[in-house]
Amino acid sequence: MLDALGQILGLIFSVNFILTVITASTPLLLAASGELVAERSGVLNLGVEGMMIMGAACGFAAAYVSDSTIVGALCGILAGAAMAAIFAFLTLGLAVNQVATGLALTILGTGLSGLIGAGFVGMRITPAPQLYLPVLTGLPVVGRILFGQDAFVYFSFALIIGIWLFLYRTRSGLILRAVGDNHVSAHALGYPVLKIRMLAVLFGGGCAGLAGAFLPLAYTPFFIPGMTAGRGWIALALVVFASWRPGRLVAGAYLFGAVTFLQLSVQGLGLGIPPQVMSSLPYLATVVVLVLISRTRGASGSAAPASLGVVFVPDR
Amino acid sequence: MIAVALTLATVAVLFAIIGKNPIEALDVYFLEPLLDPFSLGEIVVKATPLVMIAIGLSLCYIANVWNIGAEGQFLVGAVAGSWLAVRTNGTDAGYWVLPAMLVLGTLAGALYALIPAICKVRFGASEILTSLMLVYVAYYGMDYLVRGPWRDPKGLNFPTTAPFDPVATLPPLFEGSRVHSGTLIALMVVMLIAVMLGRTIMGFEIRLVGAAPKAAGFSGFNADRLVLFTFAISGALAGLAGIIEVAGPIGYLQPDISPGYGFTAIIVAFLGRLNPIGILIAGFFLALTFIGGENAEIAMKVPLDLTKVFQGILLFYVLACDSMIAYRVRLIRGVRKAVPANA
Amino acid sequence: MKNRIVVVAAAAIFAVAAATLAAPAAEKLKVGFIYLGPVGDFGWTYQHEIGRQNLVKALGDKIDTTYLENVNEGPDSERSIEQLARTGHKLIFTTSFGYMDPTIKVAAKYPKVDFEHATGFKRAANVSTYSGRFYEGRYIQGMIAAKMSKTGVLGYIVSFPIPEVISGINATILGAQTVNPNIKVKIIWVSTWFDPGKEADAAKALADQGADVLMQHTDSPAAMQIAAQRGIYAFGQDSDMIKFGPKSQLTAIIDNWAPYYIQRTNDVLNDSWKSTDTWGGLKSTLVVMAPYTNMPDDVKKLASDTEAAIKAGTLHPFKCPVVDQDGKTVECKGGDHLDDGQILSMNFYVKGVDDKIPGK
Repeated sequence: MLDALGQILGLIFSVNFILTVITASTPLLLAASGELVAERSGVLNLGVEGMMIMGAACGFAAAYVSDSTIVGALCGILAGAAMAAIFAFLTLGLAVNQVATGLALTILGTGLSGLIGAGFVGMRITPAPQLYLPVLTGLPVVGRILFGQDAFVYFSFALIIGIWLFLYRTRSGLILRAVGDNHVSAHALGYPVLKIRMLAVLFGGGCAGLAGAFLPLAYTPFFIPGMTAGRGWIALALVVFASWRPGRLVAGAYLFGAVTFLQLSVQGLGLGIPPQVMSSLPYLATVVVLVLISRTRGASGSAAPASLGVVFVPDR
Repeated sequence: MIAVALTLATVAVLFAIIGKNPIEALDVYFLEPLLDPFSLGEIVVKATPLVMIAIGLSLCYIANVWNIGAEGQFLVGAVAGSWLAVRTNGTDAGYWVLPAMLVLGTLAGALYALIPAICKVRFGASEILTSLMLVYVAYYGMDYLVRGPWRDPKGLNFPTTAPFDPVATLPPLFEGSRVHSGTLIALMVVMLIAVMLGRTIMGFEIRLVGAAPKAAGFSGFNADRLVLFTFAISGALAGLAGIIEVAGPIGYLQPDISPGYGFTAIIVAFLGRLNPIGILIAGFFLALTFIGGENAEIAMKVPLDLTKVFQGILLFYVLACDSMIAYRVRLIRGVRKAVPANA
Repeated sequence: MKNRIVVVAAAAIFAVAAATLAAPAAEKLKVGFIYLGPVGDFGWTYQHEIGRQNLVKALGDKIDTTYLENVNEGPDSERSIEQLARTGHKLIFTTSFGYMDPTIKVAAKYPKVDFEHATGFKRAANVSTYSGRFYEGRYIQGMIAAKMSKTGVLGYIVSFPIPEVISGINATILGAQTVNPNIKVKIIWVSTWFDPGKEADAAKALADQGADVLMQHTDSPAAMQIAAQRGIYAFGQDSDMIKFGPKSQLTAIIDNWAPYYIQRTNDVLNDSWKSTDTWGGLKSTLVVMAPYTNMPDDVKKLASDTEAAIKAGTLHPFKCPVVDQDGKTVECKGGDHLDDGQILSMNFYVKGVDDKIPGK
């Protein structure tokens, strides 16, 4: 028992473990960051999975045709944003129910990405290169973790810091949060509620698209329909887990990635635990951690933006 | 009507692009399934679990409680009911088996749904996350049982239980069709919930808390109790749908018993505007698009992805038109009032 | 007013549609396929789809094929199979284990339609079964892996503990032990056939733990790419994955369904179709090894000699005595090797596997 524990600890504190966890968590973090902003503005878009898979398909197609990761990533962002635009048009423009629209968006995305990607199955591209910084990467231990990643990973760091700064340190961020917490008051104060929400939704879509593009461009450099394999749903759950706060989101995404990878690694040790138990670990761990956090925080009430998911019609 | 007109137009364009006859597509998609008894039966089979889950979920959503883990409750209900079927398999257990299975499935679904509800009430943990995460846990739990302890001893170690005995299966209603008595149960449930929502104090409470939480608080309604109640009911119905699906159309337990019914039901609930009759119609409509899509795959050899795109677009139209009807007038200022409200 | 126009228009459209549909179709044999995944999964379903395409190439002027993809093994499959049967398909291939009972049920309703169910064991007068002896290829892979591994540790990524997967693991170990009796294999169950990200993560975990030859019983080329990144070896699964690891792929087990599909379709065309149980291996070319690459000539020779011996029937991967994990000798029902029934329902590990069968 102790021996096994020692082996597991040995696994966790290895550079490769941390590297893999970062890679595995990056798509979750990217998608969840975007959704966090959208939800903070009061819009619940359940179509993250659909936007992600569109980002994956379009990103791969573009990267294959142009032989450029950057073009691929940009197209992934555009594809995600385009999907989000449909969503925004319906839910903001026409005041359609957000939950149902988001789910329908996922159906559409799954189908459309399959059609787009059909011609690209089995093709391969050059994966996004790891960007090594001359001196820094050579540092012992932290060198490769902090400075040996691909551009997507760096971008995800920058993104989440940017979002944090935006939400809490800028006026626009304050307005965005105000819109999410009470759209009637915000509207009364003269802020363009729908416009702000639309931008937030588009931003969310772009992030989801980028997260999707990360999969075939960097993670596993090929495209297969449905390759997002439910990561969009996990991203949605992580936003809730983080109680809509960027700092917690990072923690949540890496926790989830770490437990997912740990359960695979531990199997390699041959301890004979049923794989179904191992596979459900990340989900159980998330629930347990959430319960613990919520408990210690006490009954401070819900952290959710008060207008989340509520339809806003200006003239009423 | 606009929805239909727009869909007609879009489909025409869509199918014209890939070089298929749009008129034929519409016929295959919407008319044939409705005119043919076999397809009609299959639509009903497909709509049954959707409606049953959605009706339970609608209670939650009306009360602003967010159960999105119906898929997990569906699986757990199926597993719990199957437990009895597996235990009594091959014995001369009597006709009590099936009712007992249904009860077990219902109870298990309710209990499983109470986990996120209790986490919410007791610890303030968001039910959106916990209910979703428990879906995966339920799936792997079932997977373990089917591949391990409950495996059919005569099944060459493949992951299914032995086929259920006749006393443990729902009989079909008509010869040669898969429509089963579960459909009647679903209809009964819809009626019961409709009555409960409209005519009982509990129903009033649910609607009030959803519409005006503060007012509900002032009038002394207990929000926590409502969370537990709506979760329990929706879990129970999802669990019941699960065991009906296993004891009905499938006839044994195996890893793959739900093509995402618990999630599709969320669309059904909202498409039906959280209204019992609306949900009945929405469930039937969504089932129609699935069956119609499959028809199109066979008759016109279109890829499945295309029918999914089509389904997505169709849902958008229906939702958009529904919303326009609900709000009637000039949502988009600047655009001239071209859209008559009663269209 | 507008409503009425739409209704009239719709009615007119449907009337035309009905008329066009009534036109008689050409008298070709209709062959249907039910697929578990999307045709683009690049794994199991993809190979069946290749089989179908080759069937069309071979007999295209006499047949008309239809496929339904992404068919859930649960409540949907019975309907999907019946849909094909009632729309005039006379030969229907159902290509996943989970379609077994639905296939049998529908077959009972449509005695004039012939059914072919892959990887199952229930048959009827109009239901045949067919599958591949993939374990033969695994045995060869085990030998190559043991030769090529420097660390003596192999990594094995697996999906679900069904007999085919278990017999694959066992055949690999038995093959490897002929080269290196102390060979170790690390096994990771990813509990999915299909999640490239998760497969890649598992491959990384195995590589981190010292495995320098990877094999998989999951569908995507993710593990192959990780092997290529890490500069270690791997085997392709279902299809030739050399593109994804030109310096890493040693060989691949290719599912080659086309000959079987062509033969069975011809049988129906010639009215000579009978219910059979086909379990084809290397000899019948249902299982094909991709070219042996990235290995020295002596290993190449060992591999091709073994392949030839298996084809000739002089070597059986499960030749007796087979000793299980606990050291017990397994009953030898097939003369000098385990019989097909034992392999088809295999639920034990052979000696040398350092894992526990899930759920056992």
